[in-house]
Amino acid sequence: MPWRIVVGLKDGVRDARGERIREELKRHLGISLEAVRTIDVYTVDADLSEEEVLAAARGPLSDPVIQETAVNRPLARDFDVLIEVGFRPGVTDNVGRTAKEAIQYLTGRPFREGEGVYTSTQYLLKGAVDRQLAERIAADFLANGLIQRWDICTAAEFDPERGVPVHVPRVGGTDAEPTVRTIDLAVGDEELLRISREGMLALNLEEMKRIQAYAGDPEVRRQRARFGLEAGLTDVELEALAQTWSEHCKHKIFSARIEYVDEKGQREVIDSLFKTYIVGATRRVRENLGERDFCLSVFKDNAGVIRFNDDWSLCFKVETHNSPSALDPYGGALTGIVGVNRDGAGTGLGARLIFNTDVFCFASPFYDKPLPARLLHPRRIFEGVVEGVEHGGNKSGIPTVNGSIVFDDRFAGKPLVYCGTAGIMPAELNGKPTHEKKAEVGDHIVMVGGRIGKDGIHGATFSSEELHEDSPVTAVQIGDPITQRKMFDFLAVARERGLYHSITDNGAGGLSSSVGEMAEDTGGCELHLDRAPLKYPGLQPWEILISEAQERMTLAVPPEHLQAFLTLAREMDVEATDLGTFTDSGYFHCLYRGRTVACLSMEFLHEGVPQMVLPARWEEKGHSEPQFEPPEDLGQTLVEMLGRLNICSKETVVRRYDHEVQAGTVVKPLTGIANDGPSDAAVFRPLLDSFEGVVVSHGICPRYSDIDTYHMMACAIDEGLRNYVAVGGDIRHVAGLDNFCWCDPVLSDKTPDGAYKAAQLVRANKALYDYCVAFGVPLISGKDSMKNDYQIGDTKISIPPTVLFSVIGRMDDVRKAVTMDVKRPGHLLYLLGITRNELGASEYYDHLGFLGANVPRVDAKAALELYLRVNRAVGEGLLASCHDLSDGGLGVALAEKAFAGGFGLRVDLTAVRVDAPLREDLLLFSESQSRLLVTVAPDKRNAFESLFAGCDCALIGEVTESADLVLSGRNGEILVNKTIHELKEAWQAPLREL
Amino acid sequence: MAGQVKAVVIAGNGTNCEREVAFACRLAGAEVADIVHIAEFLAGRVRLEDYHFLNLAGGFLDGDDLGSAKAGANRLLHAPVAGGPSMAEQIRRFVEDGKLIMGVCNGFQLMVKMGLLPALDGNLMQQSATLTFNDSGRFEDRWTYLAVDGASPCVYTRGLDGLYLPVRHGEGKFVPASDEVLARIEAEHLAPLRYADEQLRPTMDYPLNPNGSTRAIAGVCDPTGRLFGLMPHPEAYLHRTHHPRWTREEDLPEEGMGLWLYRNAVQFIRENIL
Repeated sequence: MPWRIVVGLKDGVRDARGERIREELKRHLGISLEAVRTIDVYTVDADLSEEEVLAAARGPLSDPVIQETAVNRPLARDFDVLIEVGFRPGVTDNVGRTAKEAIQYLTGRPFREGEGVYTSTQYLLKGAVDRQLAERIAADFLANGLIQRWDICTAAEFDPERGVPVHVPRVGGTDAEPTVRTIDLAVGDEELLRISREGMLALNLEEMKRIQAYAGDPEVRRQRARFGLEAGLTDVELEALAQTWSEHCKHKIFSARIEYVDEKGQREVIDSLFKTYIVGATRRVRENLGERDFCLSVFKDNAGVIRFNDDWSLCFKVETHNSPSALDPYGGALTGIVGVNRDGAGTGLGARLIFNTDVFCFASPFYDKPLPARLLHPRRIFEGVVEGVEHGGNKSGIPTVNGSIVFDDRFAGKPLVYCGTAGIMPAELNGKPTHEKKAEVGDHIVMVGGRIGKDGIHGATFSSEELHEDSPVTAVQIGDPITQRKMFDFLAVARERGLYHSITDNGAGGLSSSVGEMAEDTGGCELHLDRAPLKYPGLQPWEILISEAQERMTLAVPPEHLQAFLTLAREMDVEATDLGTFTDSGYFHCLYRGRTVACLSMEFLHEGVPQMVLPARWEEKGHSEPQFEPPEDLGQTLVEMLGRLNICSKETVVRRYDHEVQAGTVVKPLTGIANDGPSDAAVFRPLLDSFEGVVVSHGICPRYSDIDTYHMMACAIDEGLRNYVAVGGDIRHVAGLDNFCWCDPVLSDKTPDGAYKAAQLVRANKALYDYCVAFGVPLISGKDSMKNDYQIGDTKISIPPTVLFSVIGRMDDVRKAVTMDVKRPGHLLYLLGITRNELGASEYYDHLGFLGANVPRVDAKAALELYLRVNRAVGEGLLASCHDLSDGGLGVALAEKAFAGGFGLRVDLTAVRVDAPLREDLLLFSESQSRLLVTVAPDKRNAFESLFAGCDCALIGEVTESADLVLSGRNGEILVNKTIHELKEAWQAPLREL
Repeated sequence: MAGQVKAVVIAGNGTNCEREVAFACRLAGAEVADIVHIAEFLAGRVRLEDYHFLNLAGGFLDGDDLGSAKAGANRLLHAPVAGGPSMAEQIRRFVEDGKLIMGVCNGFQLMVKMGLLPALDGNLMQQSATLTFNDSGRFEDRWTYLAVDGASPCVYTRGLDGLYLPVRHGEGKFVPASDEVLARIEAEHLAPLRYADEQLRPTMDYPLNPNGSTRAIAGVCDPTGRLFGLMPHPEAYLHRTHHPRWTREEDLPEEGMGLWLYRNAVQFIRENIL
């Protein structure tokens, strides 16, 4: 009989968690309760004595100062309804795992196989609640039915002796005999498609036929027979192929042959967007950089690597975790951040992680229209994602230094969750470049970290499809930052000691991908699936191969170091298991209990996937500019603009992320006189005894895709770079990462506009090439997520084509960094750059309900010249402040600069440099690119003005003692006169309570 | 070698701030500032007795899964050490030898939950207070003003009036086990740091007091003043560029305020232990 330990707060102790739930129920669901209290429950399914259980309850499981405990009897009292929420079987239960370890320390005795601790939480609701309402509270707020289950018990039903019935979420079916099925592929097309569909393989007919042809090849059949394999393919082989060939892993759309037709009917064939535009741009840029080339490893590893200085290298990678976050926002986002952490840790021989970045795209948290089936409310997604990244980042000890949140209601179909991580590694380790690695023949395949369960099975193939009715729940994983942290601590020591040749992470596709990729170094592998440690028995061999259970890395350990490696792991309490060897057999060879269960030619596995052919047709949509009267009160319009979701303060989110751990954050996300102004970029000092800095920022502007993805891409690049130079980043030493999130661009019955979406993709890539080459910015890594659609029944929601352009670079001396807040009254205010009639898809037009036509365009030559001079101005200490202009244009930037600094601004709008006369509201909210607002101390005026001679640089006003933003127009009339307090309040209010 | 101040930071199982804490110790003048993984202690290869200054760094021991530092405290109290005295025993002797322990954030939580603070009457390993969830129910990263109690026996805050340091925690609300414990803490000046306004007046107002801590208590020492824990992060303010407003406050000294605490510790060791 399992023990049940309940832990509750003593009378009179404030239940902060319960109070927060009560407030949120009121705010978000409109349910007013008298009180909500919480009780933690540990269900201990282990052979322990009563004394041991009592010692655990009073020891590690409770806090004697504020909590009381009970064993096998309830603590719940004084409630109307009790809801107990626990995990479903097999879902990662981090607290349960820690509780188990704590009890083991206490008793000095390990748990037996199959024993465990399971946690759940009781919510005691008081106030007018009945069972029906409680059901709603559980389903819509407290729990996620995909991963959790709940019991509801009214006060009348409650047994005061025994409490809530015990439920042990042990994984069932663990006695299943491992079996390997052979699938006959000598079948018709219909049958091939059925095999793909029912097996969740996400392979199309052409791919299935390619596999069919391979299996039917007489040479292949002869070779397979030698290993005792029948004709056809085993489920292990088919799954391995499906993972390796998935859109997620193989980027089939970016590798496709695209037949592009532009608006004039001109035809062009593009053989791989990736090779043509992304690799192509980097090649050109590196040629142009010549001896100044600072790229070390691009595209080939888990993260891109650039030089930081002679002794240190930097790596950076940004990933998305959209589909899992749609199903389980907390687990999906948590897994997203700890997953991208493994990319850095698995780059070269492994990096020390120095910071995280995160960018989210959501629908409005205040969304009040009916939601289609299976979609969670955007507010729940917001809450869950923010909390997931909070736990993942904070617990891993990596500061979150940069990010943003973009709102558009089309992200209700799929939220976008971008997580990035940078790392630093010594340029050389034991005399060899740290960014290089290679498995050697005879090296052992060693898996390190967490155990394998059914979590995340079919994650890679699932994210290669739209969100649909049968999306698998096993695709959801929950990360465990502490297991990962322990693994990283161990790997750092193993790396120092030179105990391994190569390392990579287990992400999408699990062992199938990690071992499959590393085996390319040697030309084969022999992998014993039965040796892999499991969370619970009953996994089939194919499940072991493709499970995406988290916190695992795969290493190539030479035989002479194997013992030392395994011993060190044991000492540091990290699980490491020898799963086989890397070979030069030419085969991806898997065994289970000594019997071959998969034997695929390495060449076919990695090169066999057929190239997709994709039609793309661009058409002008005939957008036009709106005609409308200017607002009567421009000041009021500015107030409203500041409160728009894409512009308003994200402080409550930023504060939940530790942005200062590691003591390197020099320009923090929040800045200014009250530490609450919005920084443009982060400056980070990775070496505690040096003032050299890493600068990181990003650009993202999906709204512009509604007019032209070419300019969307150009603007994202420019935004990333101007944020970067605004704080002092060196424009000659900066690299970019592109993360494409698209809606399905493959023309089909369910995507009749696929050719247009594919053309949008082509145009974004053309801009990526053009502008990276023009700015001299190499791309070092990136990722694409191509199926961000929701489709159930007749309802289809496609996200706007979105690219996150992240940049990372350096500055020589962080003590020269510049922040965006105005500093002193009397400082002069300059606007750098030219303002044009470019309000197409702007925040202002959207505010008024227009789209418009004049999407902002980037003049890279002028922008680069300006940024080079900004670099010089920063180096010479000429800038007191610098702030980029983006969403909401000049008006928003002026307000932010003023209230962040705590002083007013007097501005003459007629001084703004324009290419043609522009109405004042348009001037104020135009989103023309490549513009920066700077303030300059009067004694630096001459030096500043002569430095910017010949550039678009206009003195437009000055910083004032009085706390008012005063804008004057053509005839000297005052257009806006608002206190900075009112402006700041408007900017802070919208998301303050979230 | 005689005359060397030796500091150690225990790392592993979720500590996060060990590098900057060790760096702070070195900047403060410690000749040795080792980061030692807990596995090294448990394997018996490293002993606490070889050091003068034990630092328990911030982080999330075991994810704070059972409440902040609870599982970590359980490990230190119960994990066996190969061929030698347990960690609990080593810590007890370390304290008896008149040496120094400072816990920051998760390290403070660890000390409180192990019963190392406030350790009234020198009663070690008996928990008499706790640190629990912020009143906001949220983790928060924000800078706080701290008023120093000049009458405190605390070794680390000697000569200081106030500090400005960041907090980064979700469980920082200090709660004593009883009114008697609180009265003793007050009477014996065992709360050397309190959250305050800019004029260094202790306050219960959010967000100046970021967690609703009893009597605005931000840091606690034992009656000897040698054991000290605090929620704010002194190792996060070692240089002027750590200050959130360093780009606008021109008269900030080069050296950060957090370093003062470490300097006091190192000086105490030189004067009293070496």
